[in-house]
Amino acid sequence: MSLVANYLEANGIPTVIIGSALDIVEHCGVPRFVFSDFPLGNPCGHPRDRGMQAEIVALALRQLELAEGPRTTVRAPFEWTDDPDWRARYNLITSENRARLRATGDARRTQRGQTKVEAAE
Amino acid sequence: MTDNPLGMPNAYMERTRLYYRALGYHNDYVWANFDDIPFTRLENPLSEATVALITTAGPPDGSNRNAQGRREVWSGAVATPPDSFNTDMAWDKESTHTDDRESFLPIDTARRLASEGLFAGLAPRFHGAPTDYSQRKTMEQDAPELLHRLREDGADAALLTAL
Repeated sequence: MSLVANYLEANGIPTVIIGSALDIVEHCGVPRFVFSDFPLGNPCGHPRDRGMQAEIVALALRQLELAEGPRTTVRAPFEWTDDPDWRARYNLITSENRARLRATGDARRTQRGQTKVEAAE
Repeated sequence: MTDNPLGMPNAYMERTRLYYRALGYHNDYVWANFDDIPFTRLENPLSEATVALITTAGPPDGSNRNAQGRREVWSGAVATPPDSFNTDMAWDKESTHTDDRESFLPIDTARRLASEGLFAGLAPRFHGAPTDYSQRKTMEQDAPELLHRLREDGADAALLTAL
């Protein structure tokens, strides 16, 4: 998404991204970014919370006019309040799931290898 | 369970590196990184701007995949969006859900804000941007196609929402 924003911007279309992966977007660098500090999946606001969604989308759209230059990041003034453990849960690796993850990766590689063979035939 | 008591934003790049290493991949993904970031100002006030929505979600029928199974740019009418979207990609499936389209593709929300005068209105189509590991494909195929479609629709600006 960051690459697309930069391409559009370089070709005359102002852009603003709403997202929740602050480090990835800022590592790439984009013109305008509204950061929602939520679990990945709901950047525009909590599900079913129409008021919050309107505030976040309006905040983003206003950056099209307010931002003074590239790498503008604005943090949406909301938190993911009902579930304090969400931050640690994403892609969590534990002693319990480590072997299963490795098996999943092995299966993916085997499948991909088979696909490549089929494509070459 | 919480390893981040200060509530700092998650370090997704590091999480992703560790996760893929646990899957047995040896080469870490290298995220794009630019020194010079383009910047274009709106030519007219926001209240006069037509805005296009761009999502990373896919259509429910998978019609955005080509014969090789790779995702391509797709579009839908904001007046008649699909009842559901394909969100089979990296998001936090253990902490939330994507049952509410407005939480990731805010069509109704944006239309309401336009009706209140914040901006002129949505472009007639929203667009789906493939999330692809190939930065070359993104820059040489997908982004130019999105630009083409935005220009076709008379969009003055774009709001991109990343799952």
